[in-house]
Amino acid sequence: MSLDKATVTKIAHLARMKLSEDRLDHMVGELNNILDWVETLKQVDTEDVPPMTSAVRHSLRMREDKVTDGGYVDRILANAPDAEDGFFTVPKVVE
Amino acid sequence: MSVIRGATGDWEVVIGLEVHAQVISNSKLFSGSSTTFGAEPNTQVSLVDAAMPGMLPVINRKCVEQAIRTGLGLNARINLYSVFDRKNYFYADLPQGYQISQYKQPIVGEGSLTIDLPDGSTREIGIERLHLEQDAGKSIHDLHPAKTFVDLNRSGVALMEIVSKPDLRSADEASAYVTKLRSILRYLGTCDGNMQEGSMRADVNVSVRRPGAPYGTRCEIKNMNSMRFIRQAIEFEARRQIDILEDGGTIDQETRLFDTKRGVTRTMRSKEEAHDYRYFPDPDLLPLELDPAWVEEIRATLPELPDAKRERFIREYGIKPYDAGVLVSEQISADFFEAVARGRDGKLAANWVMGELFGALNKAGRSIADSPVSAENLGGLIDRIADNTISGRIAKQVFEEMFETGADADTIIEEKGLRQVTDTGAIAELVDQVIRDNPDKIAEIKAGKEKLKGWFVGQVMKASKGKANPQMVNQILAEKLKD
Repeated sequence: MSLDKATVTKIAHLARMKLSEDRLDHMVGELNNILDWVETLKQVDTEDVPPMTSAVRHSLRMREDKVTDGGYVDRILANAPDAEDGFFTVPKVVE
Repeated sequence: MSVIRGATGDWEVVIGLEVHAQVISNSKLFSGSSTTFGAEPNTQVSLVDAAMPGMLPVINRKCVEQAIRTGLGLNARINLYSVFDRKNYFYADLPQGYQISQYKQPIVGEGSLTIDLPDGSTREIGIERLHLEQDAGKSIHDLHPAKTFVDLNRSGVALMEIVSKPDLRSADEASAYVTKLRSILRYLGTCDGNMQEGSMRADVNVSVRRPGAPYGTRCEIKNMNSMRFIRQAIEFEARRQIDILEDGGTIDQETRLFDTKRGVTRTMRSKEEAHDYRYFPDPDLLPLELDPAWVEEIRATLPELPDAKRERFIREYGIKPYDAGVLVSEQISADFFEAVARGRDGKLAANWVMGELFGALNKAGRSIADSPVSAENLGGLIDRIADNTISGRIAKQVFEEMFETGADADTIIEEKGLRQVTDTGAIAELVDQVIRDNPDKIAEIKAGKEKLKGWFVGQVMKASKGKANPQMVNQILAEKLKD
């Protein structure tokens, strides 16, 4: 599997990353190196091996259904570039 | 089979629904902030919900339980192993830049539900899957000319996305499906089904094909939150696709929005921007593994669901299938009916609940939840009809009083002196009086004008202020007129 410039540009766009033309070639090369490495890994037979989800064997911890958080609108909006009446405000994004 | 006639022949509509149902829980799926609707903006947001760096999700056990419960209620397979994935996209009300959802391995697999159609028939509709995911925040576009306002109170609330198979064939069926699903969720107590508040929303997939042909290309109409709009959107969209195909065109697979003001669907996102969510397992969350014993514990607490209740009402109370269907659609009306009907005449109970009570509630703009007439009092009223204390007609008068004051039947009957006169002597006296006062009418009856007998009954009832037992009046009058 090998990526071309157009695909890398598209991936960058989906991730909202600005990728200038002069960095594009370098990025294509880096990503292809990673994919080549994955190709190598794929040669290992993993047919009967379950995916490893954690280094130690334990399961997902659950919490009780209690309200223990929230109620601090000032902290939530503290880093907002723009806010009004308790809302975040952004340039209009109506469809 | 329901078909739409086009210029070049018949078409069949194929519909699948993705219903997003907000889970009833106190706190959010992965954070401890509150889920209450209608709070001041951003007051129910934790640092997790606002996606502050380094915050980690911890799953709410109750939300998992609610998903299992819903799966069981839909006769679906519960997957003891499921995985949370990240669905990546950018939008102002999604601070994480991804939604935590379940993609390849959802918590609930295939199931089914039975829909009730207007003609009285039923049809089984397949459920493809149910998965747990986070709701997004809310964007408000009309508070400012150039800005969108974002409230994250809803961000992170647990949703169940319930996906049907493409088994629905008309707007009627789609609407029956949403109605039944809503009813089941409300019985289960897993979603309040409040479409106005957005706790239940549907994405509708519509395609058309010649009857029997393979599926056509579908369009998805996003975010419908009213039954009426779902119907309108399906009807418009099916017609739009048929027109395109009949003109020799092809359908583009795309996401569309329903314009509620104009009643049309329109393209939402251009094709180049087509969904590319780049799902991958969320590294912050381990797979969700369920103990089968827990699933069985939950199964043991399932309530009697609407279909089973409907069958039982028909069987135990001898009421009509239609009436049973109306009564069970909401648990609260089913419970009310049953409290009235238990140990009494089921049909009479159904008539009073659905006729007088629903009618009066409707007129007063009230719901059964705040009915001024309790089930106990309505039952008491029916008892007084059954034991001949009052006639059916007086009962309506008592009911009106009951609806006004909330008093019980016996109190009203005593206070208003409405007890039915069943004393033969007293009724005979009234009959004699009416006969004495109307010698001309008697002559007419004797001359063969039988219809006047009804008039006499009416006069006697009137003289008794409606309290005479009508059967006894009829009987006594018939005897007197024989002479």
